Amino acid sequence: MYGKKVKLRFLFLALILASVILIVFLILQSLKENVVYFQSPSEIKFSVELEKKIIRVGGMVKVQSVIIKSNEVNFIITDFKNEINVIYSGAVPNLFAEGKGVVAEGFLKDKNYFLATKILAKHDENYMPPEVKEAIGDK
Amino acid sequence: MLANQIGYYSLILSLLLSVLLCSVSIKDLNSSGKQINQKILSLSFLQLVFVIVSFLSLILSFINSDFSNETVFNNSHTTKPLFYKISGTWGNHEGSLLLWLLVLTLFIFVFLIKSREQPKKYRILTLLFQQIIIIGFFLFVLMTSNPFNYLFPVPSEGLGLNPILQDPALAIHPPILYLGYVGTSIIFSSSLAAVTQNYVSKEWGQHIKKWVLVSWIFLTIGIMLGSIWAYYELGWGGFWFWDPVENVSLMPWFTLTALLHCIIVLERRAALTSWVVILSITTFTLSMCGTFLVRSGILNSVHTFANDPARGIFILIFLFVLIVLSLGIFFLFHKENNKNLNNFFWLSRETSILINNWFMMYFLSVVLIGTVYPIFLDVISSEKISVGPPFYQKLLVPFLIPFLLFMSLGPRLKWIKSKIENKNSLIVTFVASVILTFFIVKNLTTDLLFYTALVSAAFFLFFTTLKELFIKKLNNISQTVAHFGFSLLILSILFNSILSSEIITNIKVGEKYKSSKGEIFFKKTEEKKESNFNTIIAYFEIKGENGKIIELKPEIRIYNQPVIITSEADIKTTLLEDKFLVMNLVKGNEYFNIRYQVKPFMIWIWISVLLLSLGGLMSLIKKKYEK
Repeated sequence: MYGKKVKLRFLFLALILASVILIVFLILQSLKENVVYFQSPSEIKFSVELEKKIIRVGGMVKVQSVIIKSNEVNFIITDFKNEINVIYSGAVPNLFAEGKGVVAEGFLKDKNYFLATKILAKHDENYMPPEVKEAIGDK
Repeated sequence: MLANQIGYYSLILSLLLSVLLCSVSIKDLNSSGKQINQKILSLSFLQLVFVIVSFLSLILSFINSDFSNETVFNNSHTTKPLFYKISGTWGNHEGSLLLWLLVLTLFIFVFLIKSREQPKKYRILTLLFQQIIIIGFFLFVLMTSNPFNYLFPVPSEGLGLNPILQDPALAIHPPILYLGYVGTSIIFSSSLAAVTQNYVSKEWGQHIKKWVLVSWIFLTIGIMLGSIWAYYELGWGGFWFWDPVENVSLMPWFTLTALLHCIIVLERRAALTSWVVILSITTFTLSMCGTFLVRSGILNSVHTFANDPARGIFILIFLFVLIVLSLGIFFLFHKENNKNLNNFFWLSRETSILINNWFMMYFLSVVLIGTVYPIFLDVISSEKISVGPPFYQKLLVPFLIPFLLFMSLGPRLKWIKSKIENKNSLIVTFVASVILTFFIVKNLTTDLLFYTALVSAAFFLFFTTLKELFIKKLNNISQTVAHFGFSLLILSILFNSILSSEIITNIKVGEKYKSSKGEIFFKKTEEKKESNFNTIIAYFEIKGENGKIIELKPEIRIYNQPVIITSEADIKTTLLEDKFLVMNLVKGNEYFNIRYQVKPFMIWIWISVLLLSLGGLMSLIKKKYEK
């Protein structure tokens, strides 16, 4: 027969293994659900299926496209090839301005309209999110 | 000019001292005699002095606005207030690494002084391992990020410090955080030394516990300072964003907290030796990884001072060497001590501490995967994703329920074998917590069951620790204070997130905004000129639900060097709630975008973190009172 100590060890090992598997499964599962993908206006235009989940759209705020009303802000995000209209009601970060890089998070209404729930704050005027840099090419 | 040269050459001198120290220590390793060679101590002190000189001369260059120094030119400006000239010294990549070095050399010197009762070989080996880290950092500073580079011709004006870094909390955030990070390097070196000497024992546990506590306290406070800063400066009204750079400071905190708990098992029962060593190695590795991820520019944020791939590669290689070295030493030298494992019972203090460790490891893996996965995916498939707060909330928050319950019960267990005492009073406390929670939460949220479970678990811990604080006198008071602080932290965060309300609107001067949550009246704006910025101060009158009127004056600042616009939130803090107002300007528009938030119990979040660290501090200084 196995001693008490060995049994205890086996129990321990089994418990650890089971919980590790459970944890990995849990994490991967919710990673799948909670990941936010980044798309450029062009990618949205040429996408076959309309993304229903939360996504991020990034590019430049088109010059002279910002319209501010008392309860919402409208503007256009462009990657200089395609553009998309953004409807947003919420706080605008400091460095949000026409002709500057922007990342908006929210839902696609259709291929031309994006309902933003958040505009991401940027810390530095010269800083451009790498995603945006890539989305607008070398401009 | 002169300060520059003094700083640079002291750095090189202290690097040479490192090499000298290594050779002297290796010689001393095999000599007879019980104490280490006095020369080692003097050399270590000398090294510290040279690094201090180097650091002071950099500060001097900043104070004098000596723009012949490239670091000063890049990060300072003559119109900057003196305080921020000084704090600007470590507000940049080069200076902050010099600070790392300063703390590294300071800590090893303190270690040598404070460890006189320890075995000689162990002390010398710790010094050697620490010197490997120190030499690595010296080379890193001198080769890739020299803070004393010359500029010629000398520019007449500097580029200035990013204004959002010009802030009192952020002036002390890096030094405090570094004291925590670098403290883990001592734990790392000494655990490796202890492994090679087969000295992972009760005595070692007692001695290294102080270092664990010191690092833990500094890390905790450092994280809190960063969080406070983010709360009032970034203008979102939140205090934790699950941003990668925040996560990398949280990861070593998890392992350090786990280490803090299982070092007690080592100290009392001489068990879990391998686990302690593994945690020590992991903690320091995570601190280094944090530096790597932040400094290499892989994670873009306010902490990234410059994107230089050479730096990233250097840290990556250095990190790799350290990991291989430490794992090699661990597997070669470590002998598991199984004597004590025979009397390990399920219901005991040891098990409860192990459970704490498992939870910490789980929290760590969630944060680690959430932080690293996007980088990983970008590298292999160039797909851009981000992992937001919902991921962390979903995976972490439910696990807080069992965690809090174990936390209430665990400390009441005894070592080796135990029964739960005072079952009745525990049950009464538990039922009371559930009922209390039910009546509080009932009207507040839709997800009644989940929040009842969560909040009552937190209340349970709150009441059990509170009771202990009153009944027991000095027995284990530090642990009780820390756990009480943790329960308070969870409660404040929960109620803060459930009860917070906000109004976001665009408003013109003279307009009034009305809603069920209150009235906001935009009275006027006023412009002012300061030495390094112009500011627009807006006057708002806010009428709350109870009819009380308060005035809030948020600002928009336009800094001159570099030209950056920042908004300064105005916050009215009371014990019950914070009222937070921030406004933004959209260029070429008469509308101001404002965000008004009522955040209950905000101040209690900071107070409870302070209590948590106070617990650590009490354990550090009041050791004699405890059994």
